[in-house]
Amino acid sequence: MKVVVCVKQIPDPNTTGQLDPSTHLLKREGVEVVMDPGDEYGVEAGLKLVEAAGGEVTIISMGPERGLDAVRKALAMGAAKGILVSDESLRGSDALSTARVLAATAKREGFDIVITATESTDGYTGIVPQAMAEILDVPAVTFAKSIELDGDTLKVQRQTEAGYDVVQATLPVVLSVTAGVNEPRYPSLKGIMGAKSKPLDRLTPRDLELSGVGGASAGQSITAVEPAPQRGAGEIVKDDGQGAARVADFLAERKVI
Amino acid sequence: MALDRVWVFLEVAGGKAAPAGLELLTKARELGSTVEAVVFSPEAEQAAGDAGAHGAATLYAASDPAYTEVLLGGPAADALAALVEEHKPDLILFAMTQDGRDVAGRLAAKLGVPVVANALEVAADGAVSVGSSVFGATLNVTTALEGGAPAIVIVRPKSFAAEPSGAGPAKLVPVAIPVAEKHRRARVVDRTAEVASGPKLEEAAVVVSGGRGLADPKNFELLEQLAGAIGNAAVGASRAVVDAGWVPYAMQVGQTGKTVKPTVYIACGISGAMQHTVGMKGAKAIVAINRDENAPIFKLADLGVVGDVLKIVPQLTEEIKKRKSK
Ligand SMILES: Cc1cc2nc3c(=O)[nH]c(=O)nc-3n(C[C@H](O)[C@H](O)[C@H](O)COP(=O)(O)OP(=O)(O)OC[C@H]3O[C@@H](n4cnc5c(N)ncnc54)[C@H](O)[C@@H]3O)c2cc1C
Ligand SMILES: Nc1ncnc2c1ncn2[C@@H]1O[C@H](COP(=O)(O)O)[C@@H](O)[C@H]1O
Repeated sequence: MKVVVCVKQIPDPNTTGQLDPSTHLLKREGVEVVMDPGDEYGVEAGLKLVEAAGGEVTIISMGPERGLDAVRKALAMGAAKGILVSDESLRGSDALSTARVLAATAKREGFDIVITATESTDGYTGIVPQAMAEILDVPAVTFAKSIELDGDTLKVQRQTEAGYDVVQATLPVVLSVTAGVNEPRYPSLKGIMGAKSKPLDRLTPRDLELSGVGGASAGQSITAVEPAPQRGAGEIVKDDGQGAARVADFLAERKVI
Repeated sequence: MALDRVWVFLEVAGGKAAPAGLELLTKARELGSTVEAVVFSPEAEQAAGDAGAHGAATLYAASDPAYTEVLLGGPAADALAALVEEHKPDLILFAMTQDGRDVAGRLAAKLGVPVVANALEVAADGAVSVGSSVFGATLNVTTALEGGAPAIVIVRPKSFAAEPSGAGPAKLVPVAIPVAEKHRRARVVDRTAEVASGPKLEEAAVVVSGGRGLADPKNFELLEQLAGAIGNAAVGASRAVVDAGWVPYAMQVGQTGKTVKPTVYIACGISGAMQHTVGMKGAKAIVAINRDENAPIFKLADLGVVGDVLKIVPQLTEEIKKRKSK
């Protein structure tokens, strides 16, 4: 079985992000970068699938050269091969361009399942998996909170507003996974050493025979950025046994009790 | 008025239009001279009253039962693409729900048009522009969509209030586009609801939410009891306890969960990470109970109580019961 997992390198989510005031693009210089924590679940899901059914996991990523670190981490976790699509023209890509590039890469590689997270932690657009599925003309089995594979049928619990649906799909599919679907493994020392000798390819849009992708063709642009109004703090009391009564007064003032 | 035709992707459940879609119809009245709704469900026609009352002149009703038997994204995007070709809307609004995202993402790729998610505001002045907030709602960003029509915008529920326009039911236009065989490869074989009885999280006057400070999943019962004593109240949760498996995802409030705007939000043992506060800072009033006086949640609370949530919550429940029995 061929599993392709998408991983994205993002600014460390524990630091507050910044936009470049002139270009309105995410500031990447001087910021710690990490593999999107959401994608760790995707890598783990891919590894579990091939451990059970045989086959290999290929990692694909689009982004600047520094994105190699995220791909290497996934290789250290156990993936067999990595591909980074990188090119100056891709800077400022919108969700649709990103999906076109990733879909073309997955297609070139061949796949039974393409795995993504449900949304990226930096952009949280959350539509790249669906757009990829449309381009690849396969079902998008999204928001998976549990995954089972039986032959070429994938059985997934798909999160919904009210609970979850059980979805059955025959391969090939695009699968998006939520946090909580599994417990991502840490790369072992042996894994980290072994990753160094695994194949890691670089591609450009030209290699993928793609044109009209990247920042120049984005159908959207940021026109204004301003600080959001913040709520101020109110009354703070230390609980001296009267805290509950104070809250009850507050609820009564607001006429909800 | 800037746009000619604005469409809203409406979802129905239990024979009723989902509130998020009615919020969008209300907003759409400001954006276009013709507002129309599209529904994919065997119950589609039952939404004509609600849709019309919130501003939809027409309801395109795709009521093939197959729409509930398969994943909606593929077939709904196919049918919408055909409808777009025929009717040429300028803008399609989707609510940021699971199905909304699935359909919008596929449709954007199919049509090659721009799509913006996480919208909190939409304006149409020549071009369509979208307001959203980033980095835990510390910055507001405006994005202009200029890559062809229709513009596709996915809006966070609760961004607008749903208000009836006083109009009668929408004109029903049946859509007879069959679900292609290939879409039957992904079937929905079972549906499970995990939400508790009582008012819905998005609709309750009071939301009582619990976080890791509750220390044990069984302490969520304390919140259920408090919500019960208050009456029109629902229980929510932080992602930390959802990921830990204490309570279902359907209860999660925040960036990757639900947005709530109750009259009062009570945060119990929640630190106030920005990914959480994004989903609740639109509440009219916020009460926080936390034993750490430096917890960030106190920065936005109208009333903050520094203390042990496991002591204060049961006392509060008793206090409310006492006051109500008087
Ligand atoms: C991409 C992304 C998306 C996210 N989306 C969401 C989301 O949608 N919703 C969400 O909630 N989070 C989300 N998070 C997670 C968020 O960053 C926080 O980790 C989470 O909200 C913390 O949950 P918590 O407040 O319950 O836990 P903690 O941060 O551990 O806070 C527990 C609090 O309880 C207090 N406490 C402990 N014991 C007691 C006691 N006895 N009495 C009173 N107080 C006590 C502590 O002082 C502390 O402040 C997201 C994170 C990422 C990276
Ligand atoms: N540049 C990228 N490289 C690799 N994977 C990506 C990239 N952008 C998005 N993805 C994948 O698609 C998911 C959803 O992204 P988004 O729609 O941008 O929120 C992410 O969590 C990743 O798994």
